[in-house]
Amino acid sequence: MAEAVLRAPRRETPSAAVRHVRRNWVPYLLLAPGLIWLLIFFAVPTLSLASQSLQTGDVDNGFVLTWHWQTYTDALSSYWSQLLRSLVYAGVATLLTLLFGYPLAWFIAHRSGRWKNFLLVLVIAPFFTSFLIRTLAWQTILGDSGLLVDLTQLTHTTFLLDGFKAVLRALGLIANDQLLFSPFAVISGLTYNFLPFMVLPLYANLERLDLRLTEAAADLYASPLETFRRVIWPLSLPGVVAGTLLTFIPATGDYINSVLLGSTQTTMIGQVIDGQFLRVLDYPTAAALSFVLMALIISVVVVYVRRAGTEELV
Amino acid sequence: MATSGAGDLRIAGVTKTFESFTAVDDIDLDIPRGSFFALLGPSGCGKTTTLRMVAGLDAPTRGSILIGDRDITTLKPHQRNVNTVFQSYALFPHLDVLDNVAFGLRRRGDKDWKTKTHEALELVQLGHISGKKPAQLSGGMQQRVALARALVNRPDVLLLDEPLGALDLKLRRQMQIELKRIQSEVGLTFVHVTHDQEEAMTMADSIAVMNAGKVEQLGDCATLYEHPTSAFVANFLGQSNLLKVAILGSADDGLVPAATHGTALSISAEHLPPGATEVWLGVRPEKLHLGVGGGPNRLEGMVTDASFTGVATQYLVRMPWGQELTVTQPNDGSGRARVGDNVTLSWSPRQGFILPASEAADAGTEVEGG
Amino acid sequence: MSWIRRNLVVIVGLVVMVYVLLPNLVVIAYSFNKPNGRFNFQFTQFSFDAWTNACGTPGICDSLVLSLQIGVVASLVATVLGTMVAFALGRHRFRGRAATNLLIFLPMATPEVVMGSSLLTLFIALGVPSGRTTILIAHIMFCLSFVVVTVKARVASLDPRLEEAAADLYASPAQTFIKVTFPLVAPGIAAGALLAFSLSFDDYIITNFNASPSSVTFPMYVWGAAQRGVPVQINVIGSIMFLGSLAIVAIGQLISSRRTKVA
Repeated sequence: MAEAVLRAPRRETPSAAVRHVRRNWVPYLLLAPGLIWLLIFFAVPTLSLASQSLQTGDVDNGFVLTWHWQTYTDALSSYWSQLLRSLVYAGVATLLTLLFGYPLAWFIAHRSGRWKNFLLVLVIAPFFTSFLIRTLAWQTILGDSGLLVDLTQLTHTTFLLDGFKAVLRALGLIANDQLLFSPFAVISGLTYNFLPFMVLPLYANLERLDLRLTEAAADLYASPLETFRRVIWPLSLPGVVAGTLLTFIPATGDYINSVLLGSTQTTMIGQVIDGQFLRVLDYPTAAALSFVLMALIISVVVVYVRRAGTEELV
Repeated sequence: MATSGAGDLRIAGVTKTFESFTAVDDIDLDIPRGSFFALLGPSGCGKTTTLRMVAGLDAPTRGSILIGDRDITTLKPHQRNVNTVFQSYALFPHLDVLDNVAFGLRRRGDKDWKTKTHEALELVQLGHISGKKPAQLSGGMQQRVALARALVNRPDVLLLDEPLGALDLKLRRQMQIELKRIQSEVGLTFVHVTHDQEEAMTMADSIAVMNAGKVEQLGDCATLYEHPTSAFVANFLGQSNLLKVAILGSADDGLVPAATHGTALSISAEHLPPGATEVWLGVRPEKLHLGVGGGPNRLEGMVTDASFTGVATQYLVRMPWGQELTVTQPNDGSGRARVGDNVTLSWSPRQGFILPASEAADAGTEVEGG
Repeated sequence: MSWIRRNLVVIVGLVVMVYVLLPNLVVIAYSFNKPNGRFNFQFTQFSFDAWTNACGTPGICDSLVLSLQIGVVASLVATVLGTMVAFALGRHRFRGRAATNLLIFLPMATPEVVMGSSLLTLFIALGVPSGRTTILIAHIMFCLSFVVVTVKARVASLDPRLEEAAADLYASPAQTFIKVTFPLVAPGIAAGALLAFSLSFDDYIITNFNASPSSVTFPMYVWGAAQRGVPVQINVIGSIMFLGSLAIVAIGQLISSRRTKVA
């Protein structure tokens, strides 16, 4: 067989093989259309909204940028309770979606066997139907002449329902005897509508969890509770955070649930902004409130970004 | 020295640096057309980087790559007549076996692709599964599809990046023989990258041992094994016992008197660096005999470990100065020693090899690189 | 007792499952209702009337058609733009990565009220009348980010070795994209398009800000109905949407599982 030969050290070859990195223009070309669209129709309007919040005037005579910071203080003092309410409702709803969604995600990921895909479809499918219609359905379910009442009457479990109502009354979640048009109904609606947004990221995360880790924990004397606390929960945190953001952020600004399922006592900040914009036509106040809402939301996100960087956002 | 003919692969002065790290440091290799060549070395030695540069998937920082007289250094991968069998196979999951194997032929507009594809599949004995998808195949079958996919294009050079790594032992042995058979049948130049020295020696005509971006030694298997030129090669290829030896006199009838730790030895004068006063004497475990029958050189020691491995028994024998020598004795019926026995080791002077004293005796013995 | 403990997750999971599906089942059930008043709260009489007369109430089917039209166009445009961005993010290195990530993320973090109202302000300032065009523009805007997220996940999970293998086998960059990259990313793109469509179809808040009386989308119709009186036809359409999307997703799953069935 012919032998391979180790050549003597070579003289310097011409630098034809020295390459420098070409500035690659392909990514910029790909990014341009989408980013320009967002710049024009998202960034610019948002900035103009910012400027709007500092203007004075009215619809008939026009608005002028006067750096009128008082709009913010006025708006806050008038509507701080709605703002707070929005945060509280969204916060409670997020917590509830976590409470309900975590077992569901785990169940589908690890305990559903061959039904896994089917169950995922069932969780996703409602998401594709009009959420207004589904929210209206809750009116049917929770109403005084609605499904829940009918069911409990049918099964003679009205006492359970009454007891439940009493608990809710004690917590201040319903005002009188109605389940509907109450804070309870609004929070339920929020929880219901945003549940898929919590379940899906959680599922994506839990699905990748190696069950052998739980076996290892058990082997090392951990009870099921401890295994959850020390192994499962920490590993699922990225999914929890993603789900929390995806739920809390839209829930804070939502007002559809509040209008359809709530009363005048449950007004959320989204309604206020909508009203200010479309009916009262007080654009500066509406803009100021929008920005306060955004600021609150962004501050939550900033905390997250500080820890995880921007790569995980998208 | 072979002359480079049309179609030989030449890697000339190639260097590859990533930021501050030099993966490949000015290597020169001449690989004759039609040979089975192995690039052997531990993880991180630069062998895969070298392979990728031949394939065109990475560009050299300096140097050139030629096939015959054609300089392919600046050519893109799809413009070169080089195909790769990837370590992870990289079979296209959305195409079935037939379309996978035919991929290269069809990109080049080969009208005959159907016939050639079926021939290639027959060559790797997979003619019956052409309709299946990669996900439906076992690891061994996937590997053969990857091989057929590269072979069918009859490239000037076929590159194999540790293709047998994911297979279990028996299958790997089988495939090693298969690959060798296919290569001699088809007559292509194979360049095989591996960290498994046994694999390299089984399959390749010649081997280049790489370490930290450089080629330590190049040659055929026997030469590399019996006459390593560095401690790295001595330790990486098989096992070596290295003894620090003082030269006591000049050559007489091809033998030189020497001594190690007070014991007199004679070593072969061949390959002895002129004027050296101290060298490493290397003796392979299988060259050491238990008892006095192995040759004039003798050392006494105590057995500290005896492992029965079926074909042979491997002993660790501790010398008076603490060093443990490895001895491999075939289980051919001659007596076996037990732990605690005092034994005499003997070997013939011509069975040893010499390394310069400047070599670090433990080079190449680490399990994982650096 | 220990049976309950072991299967606690299963039980809770199933209960939540029922909770998720209940409204849809109610919608379907009450689509067979013939209510006495304007609102559909009590089940009075079983009837197929609403189903046979699905477009009976004025405006409902027009709004449906408009929503479908806008949905298709918006999802198409958003998918194309979003896929391009996703490829840039997932495959290339470039300056301004952090800024791009932020710009893509912000629309998902901004309340719809804010986006809708600020866009309205822009259109007023530019003198663009509200209507189909403004709705379409708004929808493309907020769907884009979701497409990017969906497709980017798929692009990032693509084995780069496959594209190297294609190049190794004589495929030019264009051929590599057509024959290898695109087919493998396609499911992600389809998912992104589907997501964009459903977001667009279902949107109320942003649409409301940018619509006119002549451009009533289906969600706007439903909202109005919630104040005026909910015709049973809404339940019919809701049922069709639910069962239809179930069917589509199920078919998609069947196709993909048949493709990748392991022997």
